[in-house]
Amino acid sequence: MLELRDIHFRYAHPVLSGVTLEVRAGEVVALLGANGAGKSTLLAVAAGLLRPSLGEALLDGREITSMSRREAARLLALVAQSGEVRFPLTALEYALAGRFAHVAAIGFDRPEDIEIVREALAATDALQFASRRFNELSSGERQRVVLSRALAQQPRVLLLDEPTANADLAHQVSLLELVRSLARDRNPGVLIVTHEINLAAEFADRVALLKGGRLIACGPTRDVMTAENLSECFETPLLVDLHPHSGNPRVSLIRRGIL
Amino acid sequence: MSARKAAFSFLVMGAVLFVATAAALSIGSESVPLQEIARAIAAKITGGVTGLAREQEVIIFGLRLPRIALAVGVGAALAAAGAAFQALLRNPLADPYILGVSGGAALGAILSIMLASQWLWARPAMSFAGAAAASLVVYRIGRRDDDPAHLVLAGVVISTFLSSVIAVLTSIAEDVKLRNITLWLLGDLSSGSSEGLGVIAVAAICGVGALLTQARALNLMMIGERDAFALGVETARVRWIVFATASMLTGSAVAAGGAIGYVGLVAPHLVRLAGGADNRWVIPASAIAGALMVLAADTAARTALAPRELPTGAVTAIVGAPIFIYLLLRRR
Repeated sequence: MLELRDIHFRYAHPVLSGVTLEVRAGEVVALLGANGAGKSTLLAVAAGLLRPSLGEALLDGREITSMSRREAARLLALVAQSGEVRFPLTALEYALAGRFAHVAAIGFDRPEDIEIVREALAATDALQFASRRFNELSSGERQRVVLSRALAQQPRVLLLDEPTANADLAHQVSLLELVRSLARDRNPGVLIVTHEINLAAEFADRVALLKGGRLIACGPTRDVMTAENLSECFETPLLVDLHPHSGNPRVSLIRRGIL
Repeated sequence: MSARKAAFSFLVMGAVLFVATAAALSIGSESVPLQEIARAIAAKITGGVTGLAREQEVIIFGLRLPRIALAVGVGAALAAAGAAFQALLRNPLADPYILGVSGGAALGAILSIMLASQWLWARPAMSFAGAAAASLVVYRIGRRDDDPAHLVLAGVVISTFLSSVIAVLTSIAEDVKLRNITLWLLGDLSSGSSEGLGVIAVAAICGVGALLTQARALNLMMIGERDAFALGVETARVRWIVFATASMLTGSAVAAGGAIGYVGLVAPHLVRLAGGADNRWVIPASAIAGALMVLAADTAARTALAPRELPTGAVTAIVGAPIFIYLLLRRR
């Protein structure tokens, strides 16, 4: 579905060096790495916002930067940190932006589009503030509306840049459960950048570790999320054992003085 | 806002504009009761006899009506341009006058009168060029800095600079048309050119139409350019269309009536308060609201201190500047 082949990207210095990563339909891939490892840049390349200096980002076998933006937005949605909105847009109007690529450029909203958006808002538990102003919502509530906007795009690839950054624990879990069930029911490929290692361990099918612009490991969660790999990736000692309920890897911090 | 609600609102606003036009026709040095105006308008439309004295008919339909039409066209153009600049720059404080775009248009118009007055299209064309150049500068600044107040500050500096150049040019110019510096700095429909009436009518209708084709995309641009791009908007194309259109609207308005300020700020703001920020509503509704505002301001300008006339732009600024200050202070 989404194929990143030997992606290189540089501003003044190299940010990404030879990253190859595939996200297949219906699977959830977590991209982990320290600050400045190049995660957000890789996501921007995957979304077609940045053109790689070398390598290709393919969507359905076609290079994403060669598509029209409408075509790309029908296939792929990106949820990133959004800025404030300085106009009195309601949450519903905000999420309706997700239908842009599916409708004619001129005209009012069709009832079926509004229905799709309301369903998307309901899926993120955001329907109850559909008619409130977007910029009056809390940052966690806004984040859910932004995710609804991506769901309303009905994409085949969903890119999430720290979707749980401002969410409380309950919404972190429900958000990832939503992403999981979405991947199962509607079959999009999901690539998720997160700092919540344990959420990744619990919800991802595969994990990719990015360090200094290179992939240092990529594969099934249990194979990749070892103490050795994670400690190297984050440059701090980490303890990995198994979650007593799920049996997935569980990562704990270690105070450096204790070692 | 739903299509039906919007259509109803436009109908009501159109009716209000029509009534306001009739009222403005009746008020003035030669005052004619509203019923007689209504009868005369009906007669004009059906081709009957107006029932007015010959002198009254000349004053009302020969002098007052063109000026009213000019006010309506200028107001609609400036307000639609303001709404477009605000959405594109993601800045509710944007206004062609405050940003210096009107100043650029005025400078262009002055240069055309000084250098190419024999060519009929020079004035709107050079106004457009001046407006486009100024808005390009403003956009470059706005892009670099995300604080709305900084953009306004840059606009003030651009305006002051352009005003000074205009002051120099008008004082060295020989042409009588350039003596009225108020026209260029503040906007004044009493000395505005009715030659520009056709230009402003065509510009306002085409401009609002062109902006409407981009309204849905502008809704996304209002959220953020990067978001809009990711959601399927060809942002570069939308940006050029909207900038060119808003500059054209500002240029033709200034060429006809001078640099009338604050309409582009106040009209869209009121429209958003009434019906939300969806540009499919905001752009056309602002055009009607702006037409009403300038019509009201111009009617006040020619009647409040009669027989003296005030510059139209002075009236809009006296009303608009406090609203601008309020908006500036209120933002979080």
